[in-house]
Formats: sequence, C-alpha cells, structure tokens
Amino acid sequence: MSLTKTAISGLALAAVSATAAAARDQVQIAGSSTVLPYASIVAEAFGENFDFPTPVVESGGSSAGLKRFCEGVGANTIDIANASRAIRDSEVQACADAGVTDIIEVRIGYDGIVFASQQNGPDFGAFTPAQWYQALAAEIPGEDGAMEGNPNTNWTDVDESLPDAEILAFIPGTKHGTREVFEEKVMLQGCEDTGAMERMTSAGMDEDAVEEACMSVRADGRSVDIDGDYTETLARIESDANGVGVFGLSFYENNTDTLKVATMGGVEPSTETIASGEYPVSRPLYFYIKAAHLAAIPGLKEYAEFFVSNDIAGPGGPLSDYGLVPDPELAETQDKVAQESVMN
Amino acid sequence: MTDATASGAVPSGAGQGSLLAKDQRTAKRNAAEGRFKIYGLIAVCIGIAALVLLLTSILTSGLSAFRQTTIAMQVTLDAERLDPSGVRDYDEMAKVTTFGYAPLLRDGLQATIAAAGIETELDPGDAMELISDESVAQLRNRVLNNPDLIGQTIEVNVLASGRIDGFYKGRVSYASAELDSNISPEQLQLAEALEERGALKTGLDWRFLTAPDASDTRPEAAGLGVAIIGSAYMMLIVLVLALPIGVAASIYLEEFAPQNRWTDLIEVNISNLAAVPSIVFGILGLAIFINFAGLPQSAPIVGGLVLTLMTLPTIIIATRAALKAVPPSIRDAALGLGASKMQSVFHHVLPLAMPGILTGTIIGLAQALGETAPLLLIGMVAFVREYPDTPLDGGFFDPATALPVQVFNWTQRSDPAFVERASGAIIVLLAFLLLMNLTAIFLRRRFERRW
Repeated sequence: MSLTKTAISGLALAAVSATAAAARDQVQIAGSSTVLPYASIVAEAFGENFDFPTPVVESGGSSAGLKRFCEGVGANTIDIANASRAIRDSEVQACADAGVTDIIEVRIGYDGIVFASQQNGPDFGAFTPAQWYQALAAEIPGEDGAMEGNPNTNWTDVDESLPDAEILAFIPGTKHGTREVFEEKVMLQGCEDTGAMERMTSAGMDEDAVEEACMSVRADGRSVDIDGDYTETLARIESDANGVGVFGLSFYENNTDTLKVATMGGVEPSTETIASGEYPVSRPLYFYIKAAHLAAIPGLKEYAEFFVSNDIAGPGGPLSDYGLVPDPELAETQDKVAQESVMN
Repeated sequence: MTDATASGAVPSGAGQGSLLAKDQRTAKRNAAEGRFKIYGLIAVCIGIAALVLLLTSILTSGLSAFRQTTIAMQVTLDAERLDPSGVRDYDEMAKVTTFGYAPLLRDGLQATIAAAGIETELDPGDAMELISDESVAQLRNRVLNNPDLIGQTIEVNVLASGRIDGFYKGRVSYASAELDSNISPEQLQLAEALEERGALKTGLDWRFLTAPDASDTRPEAAGLGVAIIGSAYMMLIVLVLALPIGVAASIYLEEFAPQNRWTDLIEVNISNLAAVPSIVFGILGLAIFINFAGLPQSAPIVGGLVLTLMTLPTIIIATRAALKAVPPSIRDAALGLGASKMQSVFHHVLPLAMPGILTGTIIGLAQALGETAPLLLIGMVAFVREYPDTPLDGGFFDPATALPVQVFNWTQRSDPAFVERASGAIIVLLAFLLLMNLTAIFLRRRFERRW
C-alpha cells in the first residue's frame, strides 16, 4: 500500500513540476463555430509554413469563447477568441475585471447568411425579409395595432408568388451568433417593411417592446431552433421537402449539390454581392487577441499577421475560396495587427 | 393452513379430470407463457435489427475511409523558384511558402496530362482542383528535408481532392457534379482519363490511421493519428492511476474497514458517483486541474485525470464484487495457518479476485475510451494537428484530441466527405472497444475460478 501511495504522490509531483517548467509553445484559440473552419484552415497553413507548432483551435460558440478569453492572463488561458459578432461592452468589462485589459480586435472578413431548401423541394426562388417576418413572427399586429397570433401556415398565405408549401423553417438557436444577425437583418427589417413596426408604435408600444415583438419567433413548431451545427440543419431539411434552412455561405457552397438557395431581396448570395453590400444578410467576423500574451506565446503575432495577410484573407486566398467574403479594408486591419493597437 | 385444507379448498385444477387434457386455466397460463416468449423474441429481434442497421450504415459509409485515391505525377523543382539564393540554406529555403510551391505542382500536373496525351479544355487552375491542397505542403516538406532534389524532376504521388476521391467511392456522380460548385463534370472526365492512363489509382491507404486532422478544405487528408495517440495516453493515465487507487480502496473497504456509519456513507457515495453524468466530471476537471492546479488545456494529462475520476467508481464496485466472490473459507484457512490479515489478502484473496478486477478495469477503460462530454470542457474537443511528444518528453502535457472527439468534430464539418471520415473513426473506435471487451471476456474465461 505504501508503494502505491508513493507512486501516486510521485506522479502528482511530477505532473505539477513539469507544468511549471514547460511554458506553452503553441497558440490556443477558442470560440465561434462559424469562424472555426477559417481558423483551422489558417492554423494548418501556419503550421506548414512556419517553424512554430500548429495552433490548437477549439469551437464552442462566440459567447463561450469570449467568456474563456476573459478568464484572465496566463499560459493556461486562451490567447485568441474567435467571434461571429463584435465583443460586447459587458464582455470588455468582464475581461478588464479579470485583468485582460489590452485586447486587439481583428476583423477578418464577412460571412453571408443564406436561405436554402432541398434540391427536390418546392422552388422558393426569391424571398424578402417581409415574407420571412410574416411567416415566422410569433405575433403580428392587426390594422389597429393589437397583437394577434400569427395565422399563416402556408407560404402562399404570406405571398401568392411563393410556392404552395407548409411553413417550416430551421433557424439557428439562440446560442449562435447567426441568430442575432437573422433577427436584426431579416425579422426586424421585415417588421419594418411590412409596416407592422409602424402599427405597433402608433398603438402606443415603446421602442424596446416593438423591437422585441418584431424579433420574437413563433413557437408553434413551424420554426425550429437548431442548436447544433449546419450539418444538423441540413439533415432536417433532407428529411423534410418543405423545410427551409438558414445556413452560412461557406456551408452552402460546400453543399450546392444537395441545397438550392433562394435570393433575399432579389439578390443572389455570393462573395461578390456580399462584399459589395448588395446582399442584405451578412455580418463581420472577428477574432480577439490578448495583447499581454503577444510577448509570452511564441508565434501568436505571426499567426495573427499571417491570418490577415493578402495571401490568406485577401481575394483569391484560401479563405475566400472557402466562402469568407474578403474585407475591403484588410490593409487597415493588417496595420492594426502589425502595430498591436488595442481597443480603447 | 391445515384447517383450510381440511375444509375442502382443493387447489384449483386438481381433481378436474385427466392430467393429460389441459383444462382452461392451464391453457391460459401456457398461452401467457407463449406470449411472453414472443415479446422477448420481438425485443431481441428489435435489438439485433437496430445493431445490424447501425453497423451496416457505419460500415457502408466508413470503410471507404481506408481507401484513398492518389495521382502520380512528375514535378520539376525549379531552382529559381524554390531557392533564389542558391545556397541551399534551410532558413532561406523556408522563406518560400506553400503558395510558392503551388505553381510547380500545377505545371507538373499539366505536364503529366500532356505526357499522357489527354486533351482537356480545363484551364490549369481548374485541373489543379483534382489534387489535394495537402500535396503542396508534402512537397515543401520533402524539398526542405532533401535540398538536393532542387533542380531535378521528381515523381510525386499526391492525394486526389475530396470530390475526386468521392467520385471513386460513389459519393460524387456526374449528376451531382452538375450542381456542385466545387467540382465540374469536365474535372471528373479528366480524372477518368488519368485513371485510364494509370496515373490515378484508388487503393488501400493506412494514412487514415496515422495522419493528423486536416482543415475543412482537405477532408481527404484528415486522419486519426493525433486522436489515437491522445486516447492511448489518456487510457495509460487512467490505468496507472485508477487501477492502484481503485484496488487499494476496495481492499480496504472490503477487508479491513470497520462496519460503521462512515463506511456506509462512503459506500453510498461510491455508488452514487458511478451514476453521475460524465459532464459533471468535466466541470470538476476544469475547476480543479486547469483553473486551480494550472495544468495546461487540451492536454491528455487533464483528460486522463478527469477520466480517472469517472472510472474509479466503476473499478471500485467491480473490484469489491470480485473480492466478495472469494469464499470466506480461503481467508479462514489462511488465517488459521497463521497468516496475518494482510498476508491472507495479498497472498490468497487478491490473486483469486484478479480476473474479476481486471475485467472490471477493462470495462471501465472501455467506457472511458468512448467518453466525449467531459473532454468538451477541458479543451480537448479541438483542431489539433501536431503529434504530442513521447510521454518521456512531456507528451502528456501537449495538446491532443481523442477518438470520440474526432468523430464529434468531423460530423460538424460542412464538406460531405467528412461523413466518411467520421464513420471511419467510429469503425476504429468500435474496433478498439471490441478488442478491449474481448480481452475482458478472455481473462474471465481463462482465469476465473468458481467454487
């Protein structure tokens, strides 16, 4: 028994001393599952071209990533948080409270959100935000501004031009950054376009309440929140011909043989239409660097510079091939990373 | 009782005619028994059907991961391009990135196509989509390790891209290529022409077991190397920690501990711990090993410690059952011959209980091998491409993933080719589990003693 004990305590001691001795030599990244494929493409190319080890990239969602990012400074915390939305003030505050005061914000490009259905399903062709609002809103105000439950069950109820198909939408769950964009750029926009917003305001609702009512999604089973990844949305659509799903552009581009995309507001989603701002539903993607780690973690700065270099994030690079919309202001971002300029 | 019999209440069914002719009640009981057998059979059939369905779906979509399409071609390593300085110095040569090597492969492929006498309307860039992006990195590594190759024309055997690979595995067809933005029917025609000339081959390839993970753009290059090492490291840690601790705890509780309220409490807690959802151990691991003890994230050491905690109750319960199964007469005989308590335990009881203990340990390990949830919280569900070092060089502290994690990761990727990879990983995981369970059965059969 004493032998076992000695062995165990020896192991524990060895474990602790080894950690103290070995500082981390690879970059650690966590965050948005939307940014994950891009980050892993860059990490792979970085490992191939530099003498630094390949960075370790985890997913888990923007919020979870930023939360871990804000845990503090030190080798057992992550160096970079990927996010499919900008960092919130509350998160900056949480970071500062934990000692993470200097954060470098890097915008890597834009991501489009597309609306697609099964290849053999009904031909939706063209959507507008107004149609999506009318199809998915929890409650729609009547002529007098009084809220009524959404009566629409078929896309033809929403608009005669749409095919005769039951409304069944698969949208990202609330833990995804994509959901926020969907609510703002589709639901809220549609609410405004249909005049529902005006009716609510004139009925005496305050601004916050109007916004909330516009963005609330029906819960009667016609709209399904997908908390998993786009692969789950794809599986649901494949099993239901009437289903319409919300996907990232890169996911769609990898699955064009099974998915058929609809235009939004008359614009076909593509890296070009998103870069030009014509396609309405897009959002910037970011990553955040802990400035305090730049000196301590070998390869961190090189990774960040490599990520935003023209070869990688520019037009024609591997990221835009995969579906990332290049940022027209990439040069400014490159300067920012080179000068390590932090957020104020 | 006697009163009741005396008053004439005969057991029903008795005295109502011949024993050979079934009365109504016997018939009913027999029918109930028959129905019960059918229910049981149905349950077994459903189970078998589900298993067969699962295995066929995994095997059909996953076995192809062990086969790989490759293209053989001649590449001229242009000295001007690869080593402008001409001194063959590693640092100078390393300045040429993979982007600098891509044109060489493109030209090489064009030359190969021309040499084979294939006519195609594809421009060089589109033809380049036939081969994996991984090949550029492989070529660069090969040149950096053998600078003498510069200036020569060498034969390289590169992986075909995921879509071309899929074409030879039945995943991609001319019909789907029409719609697919990543491949065109012309590219498939070129692939078929190359195959006719013998430049393109599909065959067994074990790189799936040895290569590290690859990014979303190169499903054809993704492998299980890092995951297998990570899983092996964690199992090693679990075995080294959980077996001695578990056995020591069981022996104490079973043979030495007094029966009182404290030991009862410990016993209840051990049983409860065995039923705690594994993700809870992940939260514990994050709080204790990473945040408090400062161990690195994504490392097998933390994964191993967490899985040790998770496996301990299973091992303790199995070990105690094995110790209990040793008849008291063995202990009594040992004690009667003058052995001390400890001698009786270590010389007689423990060796006899060993097969049971090992079986329990292996089953606990198998359970730990398939666990993903706790690893999610300690950063092991990640994209890791570097192989961890050997344990002697601190490999337990290097980032790694694990087999079930790799399955989880791959099912989330957008390229449909990763479905094949994920199924392939499931096959490997199942093979390991089967092997472990067979070992457990073998140990039990071979060494177990019955009294």
